[in-house]
Amino acid sequence: MTPPNQQRLWRFHGGLHLPDNKAQSLGRELTQATVPQRLILPLQQHIGEEDKPLVAVGERVLKGQMIARSKAYISAPIHAPTSGTVASIGPEPIPHPSGLVATCIVIEPDGEDAWAELPEPMDDYQQRDRADLRERVRWAGIVGLGGAAFPTSVKLNPGPNVRIKTLIINGAECEPYITCDDMLMRTRAPRIVSGIKILKHLLEVEECLIGIEDNKPVAIAAMRQAVTDAGLQKTRVVTIPTLYPSGGEKQLIHILTGKEVPSHAIPAQIGVVCHNVGTTAAIADAVLEGKPLLSRIVTLTGDGVAEPRNLEALIGTPVSDLIAQAGGYTNAVYKLILGGPMMGIALHTDAVPLTKAANCLLVASREEAPDPSPVRPCIRCGECARVCPVSLLPQQMYWYARAKDFDKVQAYNLFDCIECGCCSHVCPAHLPLVQFYRFAKNEIWAQEEEKRKAEQARQRHEARQARLERLERERKAKLRKKKEALEKKKGAGGKEQDAKKAAIEAAMKRVAEKKAAAAAPKNTEGLTPAQQRQVDNAEARRRAAETEGEQEK
Amino acid sequence: MLTLTPILAITGLALVFGLLLGYSNIRFHVEGDPIADQIDALLPQTQCGQCGFPGCRPYAEAIATGEAEINRCVPGGETVIIALADLLGRDPLPLDADVGEPKPKAVAVIDENECIGCTLCLQACPVDAIIGAAKQMHTVVRDLCTGCELCVPPCPVECIHMEPIKEDIRTWRWPYPEVEFEPAREATA
Amino acid sequence: MEFPTETSPHTARPNSVDTVMLRVILALIPGIVAMVWYFGWGTLINILLASITAVTAEALVMKLRHKPVLFAISDLSAVVTAMLFAIAVPPLLPWWLTVLGVLFAIVVVKQLYGGLGYNPFNPAMAAYVLLLISYPVDMTNWLPPRMLNDHPLGFIQTLHTIFAGHLPAGLTWDTVSGATPLDEMRTQLDMNRMISEIRQSPLWGDFGARGWEWIGNWFLLGGLWLLYKRVISWHIPVSMLSGLIVMAGLFYIADPNTHPFPLFHMFSGGAILGAFFIATDPVTAATTKKGQIIYGAAIGVLVFLIRTFGGYPDAVAFAVLLMNLAAPTIDYYTQPRVFGHKRGQT
Repeated sequence: MTPPNQQRLWRFHGGLHLPDNKAQSLGRELTQATVPQRLILPLQQHIGEEDKPLVAVGERVLKGQMIARSKAYISAPIHAPTSGTVASIGPEPIPHPSGLVATCIVIEPDGEDAWAELPEPMDDYQQRDRADLRERVRWAGIVGLGGAAFPTSVKLNPGPNVRIKTLIINGAECEPYITCDDMLMRTRAPRIVSGIKILKHLLEVEECLIGIEDNKPVAIAAMRQAVTDAGLQKTRVVTIPTLYPSGGEKQLIHILTGKEVPSHAIPAQIGVVCHNVGTTAAIADAVLEGKPLLSRIVTLTGDGVAEPRNLEALIGTPVSDLIAQAGGYTNAVYKLILGGPMMGIALHTDAVPLTKAANCLLVASREEAPDPSPVRPCIRCGECARVCPVSLLPQQMYWYARAKDFDKVQAYNLFDCIECGCCSHVCPAHLPLVQFYRFAKNEIWAQEEEKRKAEQARQRHEARQARLERLERERKAKLRKKKEALEKKKGAGGKEQDAKKAAIEAAMKRVAEKKAAAAAPKNTEGLTPAQQRQVDNAEARRRAAETEGEQEK
Repeated sequence: MLTLTPILAITGLALVFGLLLGYSNIRFHVEGDPIADQIDALLPQTQCGQCGFPGCRPYAEAIATGEAEINRCVPGGETVIIALADLLGRDPLPLDADVGEPKPKAVAVIDENECIGCTLCLQACPVDAIIGAAKQMHTVVRDLCTGCELCVPPCPVECIHMEPIKEDIRTWRWPYPEVEFEPAREATA
Repeated sequence: MEFPTETSPHTARPNSVDTVMLRVILALIPGIVAMVWYFGWGTLINILLASITAVTAEALVMKLRHKPVLFAISDLSAVVTAMLFAIAVPPLLPWWLTVLGVLFAIVVVKQLYGGLGYNPFNPAMAAYVLLLISYPVDMTNWLPPRMLNDHPLGFIQTLHTIFAGHLPAGLTWDTVSGATPLDEMRTQLDMNRMISEIRQSPLWGDFGARGWEWIGNWFLLGGLWLLYKRVISWHIPVSMLSGLIVMAGLFYIADPNTHPFPLFHMFSGGAILGAFFIATDPVTAATTKKGQIIYGAAIGVLVFLIRTFGGYPDAVAFAVLLMNLAAPTIDYYTQPRVFGHKRGQT
């Protein structure tokens, strides 16, 4: 029995009690996954700008070496998970709902697992500049490992005017089937607590609350013990009731502190920062050992896999490899889901890599993840509104999203929807409600982008028109000026003009004479009559040629 | 006499309501954008001229005066036609057949091996999306290109071509869920 | 290896429309049994007739609309409409009136508006009102309850009456039919009798109207089961009955001579049936929780007002239809506060 909290808890509206299905993957010990034949590292494994490769095909890379990076602020670099050779940099299938490919760096491990030179461990982090610590977290490529993949270093920098009062560590893991955080807390609680110490120092918080759902008694005990052992002050493990989606950041903050993160705002604005337990442990690795994010714990579960378990695997390991290490497929396999049953993405192939934010591979049977049943019309029963954790009216959002009336959908607060799937799950008509909201959000973003581009094009066009008109005006002005100047000159200098004319005429006369002289033959005195006749004939021929030439002209 | 009272009463009421409406029209008049501005705000600003007018603003003004129909904008496509129909209170029409077929979005790309630096394309671009100078390499700024294709004909060495924008994970969007009464649905592979 | 792709959530859905409708049908059964016990086979025959007509009509319309017919009628919503209608009309209603009513309900009120989920008005109630206004005599020709019935009709006789349109030889309407308790009460009150006198009438039961009180109880049982199974929520039934009882109570306190005890209102006529089965129809009711309370309470108040001051003895159908009109507006003004928004800001 978990001892009661001495802490008040709040409850959010709605939510669902779902069957846990966690026992399957907790029956075996956490195992290290073997290094695969190839590691596929997508250049985009985080929210923000895509990374650009720092290595070339054929280059040898060492374990922990940075191989891709972006200069943009919201980004996280990628490191080689083991030593090997860069086999290719090009499009590979990635775990994305579109099923499209994206640019990835493919590494063929050489089996040596040789480390690159790592930055020094910062055991004395308490004395270091906070900016240096953030830089270390950034260098390590750490992103939110709970699934959101937001670059952690950015989250750790709320700004100079923002005061953070409470640090919340998210060990809720509310989605069914997923147990990677549970396993991490059971086996590496002291590491997580080290990360908490670093975060407490970095953010200068007053208190820290570690929220864990009450279906994880072993993890709760382990974390409590680790907190006590570390002697941390004002740091408490708080047991929260098991209810989906308690692990959502805003929901967890509300449960533990009673505060609501305002719509379109970030938790830092109410003095709270929330990090996943996996992210916290990764921060400890980066600061205390100088190790970048190279691996993570992933849950392999579902009736479609023979030995459900948790594996600690290198980022970039192909999913097919991981499933093989979990005993391979059973005959019951039907769908492959990345994530949990409520919010996970169905993958169409297992030839995709494990990415930083991939927490679970649910290899589901037909019973676990049935085909969608035929859809009926909405009967306006209101079940969706009853379970919505954000107190939205999913019914109204559905009607308007279906009608593509995007103004009205937004009037019903579409962008507050966390896409948890509670509404779709309870709908008796089996409507794919969350799909409508995803579609609407994408359309609205696309429309805003188009508007922005259209506005930009309009401005450039208008500027161009203005420029052309200006050039035209200037040209006309110049012409006018020249004309005026010309006319002025005409009126004023008449005599000058005549003198000039006479000089030109005299010059032309001289030139004409010279020409005639040059043309006439020389040495014509004292010629014999025969020679004179020859000269005359030549003269006649020349004149004839000239006139012919002129006629031809 | 009996029939006079109702006539007077109705006439009186009509006058009163008429005055009330007239007064309200003046008193509560809302200053709005001239209609041409509102139409222009809905057009995609590609400035391609495919509608038959030299730019988006002239087309907007033509719609406002009733000279042109609302279904002539090719880059805008169905979205713009429906938006214009909503704005003007008319029925949407299919895209006019003689302005062209809806085409996938494309951007202009200059083959740098062939470019001779003649600046003809630079001058043709309505949004100044091509940078360069005489006898210098020209290049299209991808983010600014609206896909209007006005730069393609002037090039003397035919080194500009339109490249359709490929769909990748950045441009991909969740599709509209097609739901109907369906007894059975095949799962997509 | 390749897999089929679907969108999240990837779960077996616990609810479905057919289950909801089936549960409503099951919940009606105790009440129907009670009605048959007190008033004879008429109601059951009407239910069967109405259900067959409804399903056939819906199938035909679906075919015209090019929709999959079997799938559409398998949601059982037409059957529910038919049953509620058949329970509401008198047991000996001529067959062609039943058919007319059901056709109106399914084809006009439901399908012409777009089918399941799109109709603004409750189809069963709209059809009931249509018939009530157009054929007032047939629609108010009730039977006396079992204990007061000197000439109970057997099964074949009932069948004959409904389909032949006239009573079997030897019986007249005067001998066979009787006023409903609510009807009786209105007539007597209009004749300026006091409640204390009216209560002596044999139509007055132990705590409600005779016969009707027990039917009410059985429908209540069904309604509570629906609550337990979470098919309906408590908001509408509780607020409707509260509205009715509070209004009845206020007027009773003001003048006990001309207003019956509030419990009478609850256990007579269609009050309980209305509260648990008719007003809770999700398609036509308000959807927000606050809205449902307002909606239900307003129906309760209207039922009392129409029963007491209006032109018809029972008012559930009218009250429900009136509030159906108001439901969208109620929904608009009772939106819940969204997480992360301040109160009053949407």
